[in-house]
Amino acid sequence: MSAATLSSAPLEAHGEGRIGLRANLRHISALVRRNALQIKQDPESMFDALLMPIIFSLLFVYVFGGAVAQGDRDAYVNYFIPGMMAMGGLNIAMSVGTGVNDDFNKGVMDRFRTMPIARSSVLIAKLIVETGRMLVSTVVLLIMGFAMGFDLETGPLELLAAVALALLFGSSLTWVFMLLGLSVKTPQAVQGLGFLVIMPLQFGSSIFAPTATMPGWLQSFTKYNPLSQLADGARALTSGHGAVAHPVTMVVIWALAITVVTAPLAVAKFRNKT
Amino acid sequence: MGPAEARRAIAVHRQPADLPPSAGCLPPVGDLSVAPAIVGDMTRYERKTSGGNAVEVRGLVKHFGDTKAVDGVDLDVPEGTVLGVLGPNGAGKTTLVRCLSTLLVPDAGTAVVAGYDVVRQPRQLRRTIGLTGQYASVDEKLSGRENLYMIGRLLDLSRKEARARADAMLERFSLTDAAKRAARTYSGGMRRRLDLAASMIGRPAVLYLDEPTTGLDPRTRNEVWDEVKLMVSEGATVLLTTQYMEEAEQLADDLTVIDRGKVIAEGRVNELKAKVGGRTLQIRPADPGELHRMVGAIAQAGLDGVTGATADVAEGLVNVPIVSDEQLTAVIGLLGERGFAISGIDTHLPSLDEVFLAITGQKTSTPQDQVDHMDDKTLEEVPA
Repeated sequence: MSAATLSSAPLEAHGEGRIGLRANLRHISALVRRNALQIKQDPESMFDALLMPIIFSLLFVYVFGGAVAQGDRDAYVNYFIPGMMAMGGLNIAMSVGTGVNDDFNKGVMDRFRTMPIARSSVLIAKLIVETGRMLVSTVVLLIMGFAMGFDLETGPLELLAAVALALLFGSSLTWVFMLLGLSVKTPQAVQGLGFLVIMPLQFGSSIFAPTATMPGWLQSFTKYNPLSQLADGARALTSGHGAVAHPVTMVVIWALAITVVTAPLAVAKFRNKT
Repeated sequence: MGPAEARRAIAVHRQPADLPPSAGCLPPVGDLSVAPAIVGDMTRYERKTSGGNAVEVRGLVKHFGDTKAVDGVDLDVPEGTVLGVLGPNGAGKTTLVRCLSTLLVPDAGTAVVAGYDVVRQPRQLRRTIGLTGQYASVDEKLSGRENLYMIGRLLDLSRKEARARADAMLERFSLTDAAKRAARTYSGGMRRRLDLAASMIGRPAVLYLDEPTTGLDPRTRNEVWDEVKLMVSEGATVLLTTQYMEEAEQLADDLTVIDRGKVIAEGRVNELKAKVGGRTLQIRPADPGELHRMVGAIAQAGLDGVTGATADVAEGLVNVPIVSDEQLTAVIGLLGERGFAISGIDTHLPSLDEVFLAITGQKTSTPQDQVDHMDDKTLEEVPA
C-alpha cells in the first residue's frame, strides 16, 4: 500500500485493465454468493417464490377452475399448471425490479462500481440468483400441481423442457425489470409501473383461460402475447396435444430479443447511475 | 504523472515515522511564520521529496444541470501524505471524490490518480484506490467476514488469500468478535471500521475518505482517527474530506478549503490555523459549583486581551476565547494563584464557520445554524 506498491504493481499485465473471462466468472460467483447469503440471512425474501404458486393454484383451480372448465376441475388443473409456469417468472421478475431499486440505492453499489470488476457482473449475478428462485418456485408449483391431480401425459424430458422454456423467458423479463428498477426512483414506482405492464399481459393471455370466448380484438392481442405462446408451448409439452415447435420457437425468439435489447440498457443504466 | 513543472509545489511538513526520511523536505522553521494567504498570492515551497504526486487534479469541473458542484478545482496530494479537503455541506467535496473514484465523469479538467487518468483509464485506476464514504458501503445483510471475503474475491485474491486477509483485517480493526454477525447489527463505529477494512483489503495506493466521521460520537470518531493515522503511518496516500477543522488538524498534512465548488484557500494545516488564530480554552473546575466564580475571577483580573469568558453549566466547563499561548498561560496562572482546583483543560479549534470568516470575510454558504448544529452534535454535545 506504500509508494512501492504504486510503482511495482503489475497493472499492465491485466491488458490495459480489461477483465478476463476467468476473472469475470470469479467476480460473478462472488456476487452470486452475496445474493444467496442475503436470502439465507433474510429467509422471508423467499416467501413470494414459495407461497405464490400455492395460493394461485388453490385460488384458480378451486375458485375459478370449475366454472372455466364447465365443471371439469381435473381438466382445468392440466390446463392451469403449465400456464402458471409462465406467470411465475413474471411475478418473480417484478419483485427483482423492486429489489434492485432498493439494493442499488445502497452504498455497497458505490463500492462495487469503484472496484476493478465488470459492471455487468453485478447484474448477471442477480439474474442467476433470481433464475434460481424461479426454479424453486416452479418446483413448488409442480408439487402443488401433482397433489391436485395434474397429469403429465408426456415424459420427464418434456416437463424439463417446459420448465427450461419458462425460466428462459422469465430471465429475459428479469432484465426488463432490472432496467425498470434502475430507471425509476423508488421501489413503489417500480411496483406501480410493473402492475400496469403485467396485468394486461398476464390476463390478456391463455394462461388462465382459453381465448376462444374472448372478443376478436382481444384474441389478436393474446395471439401475439408471448405469455400466451409460453403457456401454449408448456401446455403442448406436458399434454402431448397441440403444436410444440411454433410456440417454443416464438418464446425463444422473444426471450432473446428482449434480452438483447434490455440487458445492455440495464448495464448502461447501472454504469451511469449516480 | 504530469510534467514536474505542472505540479505546484506544496511543502510536506510531516513525515510518517515509518517512512524512510527524505532529508531536506522540511522547510526552515522560520518559514512557518509566513502568513498563509488566499490562493494566488500564497507562498509556495519547493518540494524536495523523491516521490511524485499520487493525485493531481487540474481545472476539474462537474455540473448538475445549472449547478456547478465542482467548478475548476486544482489540487495535489503528494505520495504518502494526507490532504484534507475542508468545506461546508454542498461545497462539492463528495462530487469531487466521486469524480476521482470513477463514479462520476467530470465535465472538464483532468485528474490523474496513481498515474492513471480518471476518464481514460478508469479500469486501471480502480485497481489502485479505496473509497470509504459518508454512508457505509458494506452489505448490511452479510456478516463482517463475508463482506471482506467477497471484496477480496472481487479483487482477484485466491479463496485462501481472501480468507486470510479478511481475518487479518477483522483482527486489526477489532471486529473479530463480531465477524459472524450481519453488518446491520453493528454500531455506527463498527460499521465505519468495517468500511475502512473493506477499503484497505486490496491495499490501495490511494485512499479516499469522504467525511469519515460525520455523524459519529467523539469516542467513535477518535477510533476512526486512530485507524486512519495507522494507515498513513504505513504509507497510504489519503484524500480526506471533512467539515471539521479539528479533524483536518488531526489527520491532514495539507489543507484545501473549498466552497461552492471552488478552492478558496490552500496551504499547510499550521498556516491556515495560524491565519484563523482564535481558539477556545476550556477549563473544567474540580467543583462544578465554582463555574461562575471562575468566570468572575477571569473577568475581574482584566488579563491582556482576554474577554468573553463564559460558563457552560451543562458541560461543567468555562470557555475562554484566546488568541495566543501567552493568554492561555496567563489564564491558567491566574486561576492557580486564586486557588481554584482545576480537573481538566483543553483547547478547541475554531469551527468551520469561523475558519471561513477568517479566510474570506464571509460566512459559509451553508446556513449558519445548520453548520453550528452539526458541529455541536458531533464534536461537543455528545457525551464521551
